[in-house]
Amino acid sequence: MINENQAMPQRIVIERDKYEKYKKAWYKFSLNKMSVVGLIIVMAVLVLGVFQPVIAPFPHHAGKFVNYNDASLAPNSTYLLGTDIFGRDILSRILFAFRGALTMGIGVLLIVVPIGGVLGLIAGYWRGKPISIFIMRITDIFLALPPLILALCVGAILRPTLFNSMVAICVSWWPWYTRLVYGMVTTLRNELYVKSAELLGASKAHILFKEILPNCLGPIFTKMTLDMGWVILTGASLSFVGLGEQPPTPALGTMVSDGAKFLPAQWWIAIFPAISIMLIVLGFNLTGDGIKDMFSSEE
Amino acid sequence: MIINLIRKIGIYFLVLIGLSILVFTIGRVIPGDPARQALGPRAPEQVVQALKEEMHLDKPYYIQYGIWLKGALRFDLGKSLMTRRPVIQDIREFLPATLEIVGISALLMALGGIILGVLATKYEGTWLDGIIRMFSYLGVASPAFVWAIIFMLIFGYALPLLPTTGRIGFATTAPPHATGMYTLDYLLNGDIQGFKEAFSHLLLPAIALMLGGMSQAARITRSSMTDNSVKDYILAEQAYGVTERKILLKYLLRPSIIPTISILSLDIAALFGNAFLVEQIFNYPGLSRYGMQAMLNKDLNAISAVVMILGIVFILVNILIDIIVAYVDPRVRLMGGDSQ
Repeated sequence: MINENQAMPQRIVIERDKYEKYKKAWYKFSLNKMSVVGLIIVMAVLVLGVFQPVIAPFPHHAGKFVNYNDASLAPNSTYLLGTDIFGRDILSRILFAFRGALTMGIGVLLIVVPIGGVLGLIAGYWRGKPISIFIMRITDIFLALPPLILALCVGAILRPTLFNSMVAICVSWWPWYTRLVYGMVTTLRNELYVKSAELLGASKAHILFKEILPNCLGPIFTKMTLDMGWVILTGASLSFVGLGEQPPTPALGTMVSDGAKFLPAQWWIAIFPAISIMLIVLGFNLTGDGIKDMFSSEE
Repeated sequence: MIINLIRKIGIYFLVLIGLSILVFTIGRVIPGDPARQALGPRAPEQVVQALKEEMHLDKPYYIQYGIWLKGALRFDLGKSLMTRRPVIQDIREFLPATLEIVGISALLMALGGIILGVLATKYEGTWLDGIIRMFSYLGVASPAFVWAIIFMLIFGYALPLLPTTGRIGFATTAPPHATGMYTLDYLLNGDIQGFKEAFSHLLLPAIALMLGGMSQAARITRSSMTDNSVKDYILAEQAYGVTERKILLKYLLRPSIIPTISILSLDIAALFGNAFLVEQIFNYPGLSRYGMQAMLNKDLNAISAVVMILGIVFILVNILIDIIVAYVDPRVRLMGGDSQ
């Protein structure tokens, strides 16, 4: 009985601590109003992208659909953002394109962060050893090309699909994470807790993933949030030149480049997809800034 | 500093060799048979075999690489399937145009970014700061091709102040070839009218390219100036009664633009990348538009050559930026350390 009584208050204290940690994180995040605006945009894009079939007024317009009676209509009460030359609702197509964009962003990061991160951990921990020099020189080679050029080049050689454009972006994106993690690990590996783990005979895997990695997570998460926007933008650039999802499936870049042919008379075909690209990138950017504030140690 | 620079150039040399292997690999992993693709599906088998031998496709990869590298070192990069000319001839024609546009764009980006950053710091918290911040959020978030389209829309239709296509007007004759950069060539020739013409054609694509980078530069300059403005040496200057203006421009600006300059190389990388889309939109006959066409037509020799050349140019840009940082930052110059 006595034991239980003693255990109880302790558990409550821990829970309150946990709660306060999140509260504090949110406080830091919400200090900047723009971060909150960003988060709202990101949430809206996620919800719209995921529930597109329910939310979109004309979900079937995302595919092969033609209705020349309603072609090239300016924004009106039925078609809020107008229709394209095939009579398809632009709003529905934008919402569907959000899906592709989010798939691309999440997919690329899921591939790039583990690969780049592990290489960075290895290269940073064994700094100066041949394996590290090898990894970092390879990284340098990939960074020697402007990322968009490398992605365009790989994308052009593969068949144009959403998956292949993700591959193309991955090829140009992983070195950034290697370099980021490498930079952090080279300082962290001299910390006392790492040294003590080494002295205690902990395995290398334990030291890398349990001791060092958790301390790198803040900057990695910050970069991931910012990169969601940049990856989606790069994907839009690829699809802008036709190296992405192929018609009739909508992609934001393709919609802008197709619509650009009908400027200035039918401005809505190109301008609304363009604005939605800007909104997505802006949203992730602002959220990323907020997350940076959240992880910063300053009070 | 010199030793450090030589060491860095050594590393860049290794990177260059690696880059050539990467570019070669990208050019050869194409699914399907390049010889078959070049000749079309109806070409007889012997012809395809003959072309394969001519292109050395029947040999192992490392020998193919050796042959390609040997050619590249003698400026023989093969023939373009698209223009049916030696690729090096195309590059000689198109590269100066891209260097011209990216150069002017980079210059505008650095100057504009730093000036906006200084203004935002000077008028911190006022409406001007707010406008600059809004503008830089917008600039960072919008892709260059969207700006290009907006400019086409405004200047091509509504407000025809600046030309939106090509390098010079139809009626104007090109300058005699010296550098290949029209603005410079006109100037060398003393043709001010021609210079104005070429420059006005450069302006819109260059601005569309650099708005994102400029916003980034403005944000970084502002934040590093505000960080530095509470440092002791600035307080000391203020206590001595040095004018605000002098503190801002002389003592605060110099250390604060180092991060901006360091990040410029990334921004210039973005300029080169976005030039692929923007040159296409403005119908500007540069290397990036040529490269984009080559990519869309799967013209392998041209793709490898363009990527390789732009890789080399970008490495040179990096070396240049290292030198500028060393010039501005005495810590780098004297101790050979890194400014980042």
